[in-house]
Amino acid sequence: MRKPGKKKLIEFYTWMTKIRKTEEKLMEVFSNGEILGFLHVSIGQEAAPVGICAHLSDLDYIATTHRGHGHAIAKGIDLKYAMAELFGKKEGFCMGRSGSMHLADKKHGVMGANGIVGGGIPIATGAAFAARYQKTDQVAVATFGEGATGEGAFHEALNFAAIKKLPIVYVCENNGWAEFSPQSIHMPIKDVISRATAYNMPAVQVSNDVLEIYEAAGKAIERARMGGGPTLLEIKCDRWYGHYVGDAQKYRGKEAVEKAMGKDCLLNFEATLLADKVLQKKDIEKIGVQVQSEIDEAVDFARECPFPDPSEMMNGLYI
Amino acid sequence: MKDIRYIFAIKEAMEEEMERDENVFLIGEDVGIAGGSFGASRGLYDKFGPERVVDTPISELGFTSIAAGAASCGLRPIVEIMFMDFVTCCMDSIVNQIAKMRYMFGNQYSVPIVVRMPEGGGLNAGPQHSQCLEAWFAHVPGLKVVMASTPYDVKGLLKSSIRDDNPVIFIENKTLHAMKGSIPEEDFTIPLGKADIKREGSDVTIVTASRMVHESLKAADVLAEEGISVEVIDLMTIQPWDRETVFNSIGKTHRLVTAHEAVKQFGFGAEISAVVAEEMLDELDAPIVRVGAPFVPASYSLEKFYVPGADDVKNAVRKTMERSF
Ligand SMILES: Cc1ncc(C[n+]2csc(CCOP(=O)(O)OP(=O)(O)O)c2C)c(N)n1
Ligand SMILES: [Mg+2]
Repeated sequence: MRKPGKKKLIEFYTWMTKIRKTEEKLMEVFSNGEILGFLHVSIGQEAAPVGICAHLSDLDYIATTHRGHGHAIAKGIDLKYAMAELFGKKEGFCMGRSGSMHLADKKHGVMGANGIVGGGIPIATGAAFAARYQKTDQVAVATFGEGATGEGAFHEALNFAAIKKLPIVYVCENNGWAEFSPQSIHMPIKDVISRATAYNMPAVQVSNDVLEIYEAAGKAIERARMGGGPTLLEIKCDRWYGHYVGDAQKYRGKEAVEKAMGKDCLLNFEATLLADKVLQKKDIEKIGVQVQSEIDEAVDFARECPFPDPSEMMNGLYI
Repeated sequence: MKDIRYIFAIKEAMEEEMERDENVFLIGEDVGIAGGSFGASRGLYDKFGPERVVDTPISELGFTSIAAGAASCGLRPIVEIMFMDFVTCCMDSIVNQIAKMRYMFGNQYSVPIVVRMPEGGGLNAGPQHSQCLEAWFAHVPGLKVVMASTPYDVKGLLKSSIRDDNPVIFIENKTLHAMKGSIPEEDFTIPLGKADIKREGSDVTIVTASRMVHESLKAADVLAEEGISVEVIDLMTIQPWDRETVFNSIGKTHRLVTAHEAVKQFGFGAEISAVVAEEMLDELDAPIVRVGAPFVPASYSLEKFYVPGADDVKNAVRKTMERSF
């Protein structure tokens, strides 16, 4: 596979910045009470969605999780209508019915975040099944946390996909925490990739580095597209914040939080780009400003959109 | 007597039963070190240790049936399911295994298990975190289904559920967790299968449970000013339910409204209404009116229009008062 050129590298940086700044904004508007329900951010985990979705077209599928803003953004979701959905507005992709936890955008192959841990894994597997059935060269990606690998749904999906050699990549973002429990409480193994052995599935582990992820995902996606079957890809990362916004994290010491935040995939990538002279300080600033104005515009748009009318609630239960 | 929050009353019930019977243990996601997602088991891990307050992987089907297996071998598990929505992941365990094991095996194995879970809206958490599915379980022979509306009730009913030799689906409500109420200092239980008349009245009987008890009481206050006297029956046990209390009340008021937060269609109100129609239609002076959520998935941004409340109950009562056979 070709190494990403300068243009691609800048794109990666821009996408990662967009995810980071979008979620920072979301935390702010959530704290204002403008967004309801639960909000789970993936700050610190931006490398994975960008490194993976760089290989996917709009026709490829992705099913994600409660921590899924990054994947939807990297897959190309229109921020304005995504934001409108998060605000619960009528113009949102799901007509204000889903909020953050079920955000979906069919046009870009986003098969939804999911409120059910592990719920999306077999759904993405079904998308891969459909792609094969329809003889297209589409690929499906399922993203999930290490906690989800405790669910039967994970094992049943991987077993099936391996038997049928489906065009899918299973992407586990192992951030070390499932809600309030560290990995040691709910997993007898250190590495999620160990689980792939049981399904005779190739598995690759990478660090939270966008270029490493890009390379590993590229191979796995290419393999899936060519009919080689599924791969399990594990990204070792850290959860910076609480499980949800507002989680006081009493179960996790301040030191551990600081340590997690010390590992910043965005800042590291920025340093590499600066050192390699791909970008200069002023370019970085420019990208930041540009991305921020796009986000602010999306938020303004979302604020101005109307809520759905209560009378619309009964629409469309059946077609 | 002492004042206590609903969530803390749950903790006290579990703690006291664990002290009383060493076979009682708690199992579920984040119930141990973290003290429960809603704080129901805070402190229990430190007190009883990891053998009796058991953290699990995210694997509802597995650990519910593991608890059932343990129950059939002499233990008395309390299973915590974080949100009622997630209990759908363990339907084989509850419906095929737990509900049937004793009967199917000719009484050889009993399954004294309690599966606790909070239901309902109130958090704007959308379609997969707000459901009320009690009717599913009430429809399965072999399960008892309990719903508690106050700190006093939740403690007394949970203790009885833990002591009961049948499997009990124990349903809490997220919006009630913070509610305060007074309970006795000493040990007490509330029998399963008995309803509680939360307010006496003579014109209309409301049969309800859980959060809707409070909405019904609010409605009753307003209706009293209009000269309508409402009796509010908190069913507490949905299955098997207390026919005697309900029938006696209808014998007095001759009008029935049922109210639950679950969608109206095929909810427990439908069963109450059907039985009343079968057994004592001639006692009714007006058609029965049912209150429940609209028949669509729970809404994210329209939750406040979705979840039924006191206004819906008021309207239902007025509707049945306006009509007569
Ligand atoms: C079936 C089900 N069980 C439990 C939950 C509650 N829950 C939501 S997220 C979560 C932890 C998930 O951990 P992980 O898969 O590692 O993802 P992360 O949050 O770290 O991204 C849990 C237990 C749920 N939403 N669905
Ligand atoms: Mg995790």
